[in-house]
Amino acid sequence: MQPFRKLDGKVTPIYQDDIDTDIIVPTEFIKRIERTGFDQYLMYYWRYDEHGKEYRDFPLNQKEYKGAPILLTGANFGCGSSRENAVWALYDFGFRAILAPSFADIFKNNCQNNGLLPIELEQGVIDELYQRTQEESLFLTIDLENNIISDRNQITLPIHIDPKTRHKFLEGLDDIDLTLSVEKEITDFENRRPFYMDPIKK
Amino acid sequence: MGGKTLFDKVWESHVIDSSLEKPLLFIDLHLIHEVTSPQAFSKLKEHGRSVRRPDLTFATADHNVPTKDRDNIRDLLAKKQVEFLVDNCKEQGITVYDLDHEDNGIVHIIGPELGLTTPGKTIVCGDSHTSTHGAFGSLAFGIGSSEITHVLATQTLPQSKPRTMNIHLNGTVPEGVTAKDIILKIIGEIGTNGGTGYVVEFTGEAVTNMSMEERMTICNMILEAGARSGMIAPDEKTFDYLKNKRFTPTDEDWEIAVRNWKQLYTDPDATYDQSITIDINELTPQVTWGTNPGQVVSINHTIPDPDIHQETSKRNAAKTALEYMELEALTNISNVNIDKAFIGSCTNARIEDLRSAAKVVKGYKVKPGIQALVVPGSYHIKRKAEKEGLDQIFKKAGFEWRDPGCSMCPGMNPDMAKPGERVASTSNRNFEGRQGKGAQTHLVSPAMAAAAAITGHFTNVQNWNYKDRGDQENAAIS
Repeated sequence: MQPFRKLDGKVTPIYQDDIDTDIIVPTEFIKRIERTGFDQYLMYYWRYDEHGKEYRDFPLNQKEYKGAPILLTGANFGCGSSRENAVWALYDFGFRAILAPSFADIFKNNCQNNGLLPIELEQGVIDELYQRTQEESLFLTIDLENNIISDRNQITLPIHIDPKTRHKFLEGLDDIDLTLSVEKEITDFENRRPFYMDPIKK
Repeated sequence: MGGKTLFDKVWESHVIDSSLEKPLLFIDLHLIHEVTSPQAFSKLKEHGRSVRRPDLTFATADHNVPTKDRDNIRDLLAKKQVEFLVDNCKEQGITVYDLDHEDNGIVHIIGPELGLTTPGKTIVCGDSHTSTHGAFGSLAFGIGSSEITHVLATQTLPQSKPRTMNIHLNGTVPEGVTAKDIILKIIGEIGTNGGTGYVVEFTGEAVTNMSMEERMTICNMILEAGARSGMIAPDEKTFDYLKNKRFTPTDEDWEIAVRNWKQLYTDPDATYDQSITIDINELTPQVTWGTNPGQVVSINHTIPDPDIHQETSKRNAAKTALEYMELEALTNISNVNIDKAFIGSCTNARIEDLRSAAKVVKGYKVKPGIQALVVPGSYHIKRKAEKEGLDQIFKKAGFEWRDPGCSMCPGMNPDMAKPGERVASTSNRNFEGRQGKGAQTHLVSPAMAAAAAITGHFTNVQNWNYKDRGDQENAAIS
């Protein structure tokens, strides 16, 4: 995982509650065994009509948002299917952080395993930021080292993030390596599990 | 000191280490399928790792498989995923129930059916509906592909500790109302993120009276309210269901297991982080009208007006949903006509679901022009249903009787709806494009899907004229 320390960039608003992972990557595109290349399918049905022609008014198709690394969206983002393809698609498209009032649990874990930073902000704050994207181009700095989001008008918002998760992002740590540092504890645990917790081969 | 909840007991007995980023849990059972595992296996191999506990890992092919003419998967990407699964499992010594195996079926159906799912276990699968297994008093939740790799490599998973919520069902279930209607009502009440961050324990007399199949249906869909999982304390019904299953203990070992499983309940003095009571005495069959499972109404009601929502993002979501569904606010949901009916999925493809649909169907015909599918959740269920003659009832009425698989639920195998086609579906998600681009999905119970297939529109099964003519009907079939 790539470390995440500080991010400067433009905000793309796709402001609706309950955007599910079937919208983020439709099922017909997850029949692949690779981990990359999903950016071309990101929000496919919202980006293209049935002839493959772009919907001009959809933010991901607009030039002004090209390369913008911050997504602003509604509550319960990433609900539904556990498909990690949703996170791979957002990451490959160029997103590095998502601002929303809340995230679905599995999606949030998937983000944290891929270096895509999910930041929860109060509904009112998200509403205000959304209003600003409708009036002007909104640029934000997400400074994870100092736990602060700021804009060019010197407005600052604190980032509420679990300290251990923050550490993982800052260092770009791999979970499996961390876990294997306590391998002895795993083996000890395995040795004391009751027999009926294993499938009984008859 | 307060007592412990069912969740606390299972959680605490599985924490190996608390010093890392998140508490590290031992995983007792890892279920895998063809769609979310390929990248996980690749990542494992890239790092030169192997599967730590193949004996606790079981695989099936279900999501992208055809439910007829299975010998030849024509979709080359799907075929590759299934082959990749089989090859990876063979290489790593994992048991795999592939397409032609007599135990093949949907992952959340075969787990309990084979007795792999038992009380008190931690169970994970790269599929959000893993919460199903919580019906047995296990802690079961869906994970992403990176987490699959983690479990394959270490048989553990770092997880932040969820909070606990109790949903107490007050009252008795009215005639014609099913577990599916109850869970749709719950999601409608608490919202699609009302359960986010929680594990929900269901309690109440209605839950005690439910069969294991019904318990699995409510645990299966609590995920759609955002919850990490659902749980129900094991009881005699749980033990009866599991006794003599393929992988459960026998004789004295069975007695020992049951004695331990009986400790898995919430202590009377334990407290939950949140408690909700939902009254079901007056509940009626439910039908979703929108593009998430919380957008649901009673069969006797009209589709709500988006303008009832104060918040912009909610109002936008309701308006977008109506536009996508090509429906007008304030329409009676019973006036909505359908093109297809689907009875199946990990929510509603168990033997009881098929029985309740067959009871409605018996003596009727599917309305001309409507395609209706019945897809049993496993070969085991299919054989059982055929023994009971259910297949004959469905086929005689004009339903197609298929081989097991996820079928029309995820829209990633040949069973899909075309743009603009409206489906009465017993599955779990009515998301945009879920059953195919432009497909319009309405979630209902198996009995309600069967009734809609016959009348052509959503119909309250509480008023159904059942034509159960007993032996005469069976004689007529043969």
